[in-house]
Formats: sequence, C-alpha cells, structure tokens
Amino acid sequence: MQSLTNRSKVVSNKQLSFAERLYLPAIFGGLRITFKHMFKKKVTVSYPEQQRDHGRIYRGQHVLKRDEQGRENCTACGLCAVACPAEAITMIAGERKKGEEHLYREEKYAVEYNINMLRCIFCGLCEEACPKDAIYLTDRIAESNYERGQFIFTKDKLVEGIEQDKRIDVSDRRKAVRNGAM
Amino acid sequence: MPKVTIDDITIEVPAGTTILEAARQIGVNVPPAMCYYSKLKGSGGKCRVCLVKVTKGSDRDPRPMPKLVASCRTAVMDGMEVRNVTSPEVIEARRGVVEFLLVNHPLDCPICDQAGECHLQDLSYDHGLSKSRYEFERRTFERIDIGDKIQLHMNRCILCYRCTQVAEQLTPERVHGVLYRGEVSEISTFIEQAVDNEMSGNMIDVCPVGALTDKTFRFKSRVWFTKPMYAHRDCPTCSGKVTLWYQGAEVLRVTSRKDKWGESEGFICNTCRFDKKQTIDWTIEGPADVDRHSVISQNHYELPYELPVNQKKLSN
Repeated sequence: MQSLTNRSKVVSNKQLSFAERLYLPAIFGGLRITFKHMFKKKVTVSYPEQQRDHGRIYRGQHVLKRDEQGRENCTACGLCAVACPAEAITMIAGERKKGEEHLYREEKYAVEYNINMLRCIFCGLCEEACPKDAIYLTDRIAESNYERGQFIFTKDKLVEGIEQDKRIDVSDRRKAVRNGAM
Repeated sequence: MPKVTIDDITIEVPAGTTILEAARQIGVNVPPAMCYYSKLKGSGGKCRVCLVKVTKGSDRDPRPMPKLVASCRTAVMDGMEVRNVTSPEVIEARRGVVEFLLVNHPLDCPICDQAGECHLQDLSYDHGLSKSRYEFERRTFERIDIGDKIQLHMNRCILCYRCTQVAEQLTPERVHGVLYRGEVSEISTFIEQAVDNEMSGNMIDVCPVGALTDKTFRFKSRVWFTKPMYAHRDCPTCSGKVTLWYQGAEVLRVTSRKDKWGESEGFICNTCRFDKKQTIDWTIEGPADVDRHSVISQNHYELPYELPVNQKKLSN
C-alpha cells in the first residue's frame, strides 16, 4: 500500500563494507563526541549548594497565605480542588470556634489541607480559582524525598509563618495571575 | 384555550395559566424565578426577576401593557404576545433587579453551603455584574438559633417568603415569619429554637439562597464533591422519595428530588432528611439527573450507566 505521509523509510539489507565491519571508525567517532563534552561548560548545577535563578513568576511549591493580621485566608471553599486537573488537592473544612478569630479570617476554615505533590503538575489553576487570595505557587522548589508518603504536603508545610519575617513574598506571582499571564 | 406567543413561540395553555408556567411548558428561555414556587400557593410576585414585556395584551384588546409585568403572577390571555429574552428592556430590567437582590447579600459563597446549587448564584452569573456598585454598609444580623437541624443565615436572605409558605401549607402551625417591614424586615421565629415540626426541613429545599441550610451538613463538604443518588424508602409520613448526597460510601445529606426548575418533586419529612443517613435505610434507584453544565457534575468521571459493550463482553 502507498504510504500516506511519505515519511516511511525503505529498509535495505545491504552488506556492510570492510571498514564498517571493523567498527573502529564508528567507535572513535563516538569517543570523539564524548571527549568533546568533557571540555564544555556543565549543564547541571550541584543543588542545593548552588541554585539557579528562576523566572519572576516561576511555579514552584505552594503557599497558603495569611492576611496582614496573621489570619489564614483559606476558607476551604473547594474551588482549588475542583479546578485542579490532577486532583491533587483535598481538604476538610471546619467551623471556627470562639476565640480563634485571630487565626482564621472567616467562620469556616480548612482543618486539613493536603496537596499530593506527586500528582501536582504545577499548572497554577488553583491560584487562579482561589476567590480568597489564599493559595499561590512560589519560587521555592518542592522538597524531594525517598518515601512516597512524604509527598503529601499538609498544612504545616503549606501555610506561611505568622511572623512578618516568615512571610513569603508572592507579589510578582499575584500580579501575574491577576493580569492573566500565567 | 388561550393561545400565547412567548418570544415568537406559540403555545396553547388552559385558561388561568401564568405566563411563567406557559414559558415552562415551552421549555426554552424561561424567565428565572426566585420567589415563585409552583408547589406553594400564593408564592410569587415578590422578587421581580421574572419580569417580561407584554407587547400585545390579547386579541380583544391588542394594546401593550404599559409596564413590564411579573410573569409568575400574570395570567395569559388569548392572543397575548410576550417578549422575554428578545427584549433588551427586559434584560436591562432584570439586571437591575439582580443588582437590587445583591445589595444586601454578603456574597460569602466560598463559605456558604448552598454554593453550587444556589439560584441567586446562577442568576447573578447570568445577568449580574461582576462588581457591586453598592457603597454603603450591608445589612447584618446577629445570628439566631432556630433549632438544632436548620441553620438560619439572615444576612443571605432575599425575603422570598417561600419558607413561611412552607410552614403555612405543610405544617399545622407556623412558628416563624417575617418580622418588621420594608428594608428592615427579617425572617425570625417567635420563640428561639422553635422550628421543630416534622415537615419543617422543607424550608431548606425551597430556600433559593443559602439563608436556610442543613445544620447536619454544615461545612461537611461542597456540593460538587458529593454525588447525588436517587433513593426511596417506605415512610409513613411522606413520599419517601429523596436524593442522597454521597461522598464515598457516606451519606452526607438527604434532600428532596429537584425537578428541571429547581423545585422539590415531593416534600419529605424530617425523619427522612435528618435521621436516615445510612445506606441500609434506603433503596438506591441510581444516579440523580444533574445538568451536565452544573458544577455538581464536575469531576465525576464515572459513567452513570454501564457501557453496552461491556455488558456484551460479559454475556459471551
């Protein structure tokens, strides 16, 4: 049958010449490429001692933001979880009790908020879906591990610190999300 | 029988039918309704979102009606011509009404348990503006306790009066109602923690917004993470036909079945609604009909039926 794409190759069974049968030219050709690379600039860096610069709006590990008064923004509305194409986000909502007003901004909050980092594809749809300015991707690289269980990031890894110096700056990322430049 | 033309579609309906009911019989471009409820007598005429333009009164008196009319309370006349979505005036007026409904609404959808099945949410999405022009302080209320099963959020109420009609028509004694008048009116009970009638839970189903919600479902999940299934049981007090809202194998909530217009198909009693939350209490009929554009059908990748080809393979 005639090929539709004209990209198929015709296989030939022609005999190898003597030089080809020696394989030496091919071996030296390969070694030449190998040695050439030894004198080139390395493409890798030894992370974490050395770190590469990221783009201003790099999409790395998530953060759950607090507001200026240190209260968690997240109200466990579930829009990030329904927007997530990888279904990485799960949460359990709870009602804020009396005396917790300084911890949570609204009467409902996320008791548990888990992101499965093995499922997450860092697409940023969660931050776009968030109506409460709560979740952002940051320029931090999500930490690695040898065990799969450790990749389910819970609130203690996701929520930023309450002190001003432990806050995570997401102003560039926030601007990018609002302007639609993902 | 009178013939009525709505948006250039003519239909013949029995005398005394309202324009809204005639439009529902046609089935496309139906005016929205926030307060009208076909199963409750005397409902309608309050929210004004169902406004339509009558361009020809009837065959006998072809003059147009001078103002937009509420289609839920206006009966059709023979030869009447109505414009709904084809009239820019109606769209404009409805936009204004939606803005008025949202004037005091807290817009706390991320917290509200009704989000995802809220008629006001759909309505503002369809007609409203994305931003509020209202600059004054919204009405807020101290939260009052009206019982251990029903949660009242007066801030979200749009005063449609459906819940008072449920109490009046389904229960022997109404113990809650609308207090005060005009801008300061509010839903309240005469005595705190008083709503405990066996049919009182239907207030939750008829409420078009999140003002009355199920306390046993409060903050448990979001409607789009639950999977609705039709089920029934032999109930001595009600029809026993319900929708079970599953999350995994757990029944989080029981509601009545909703028809195409978001109205209850049959009212259910509080025993069915609040006390029977085990699968063994029910005979499961199958997945509930959910509009595929609804957020409730999001992320449910499982098919509601078995593929015919699979069945064929099994039989061979």
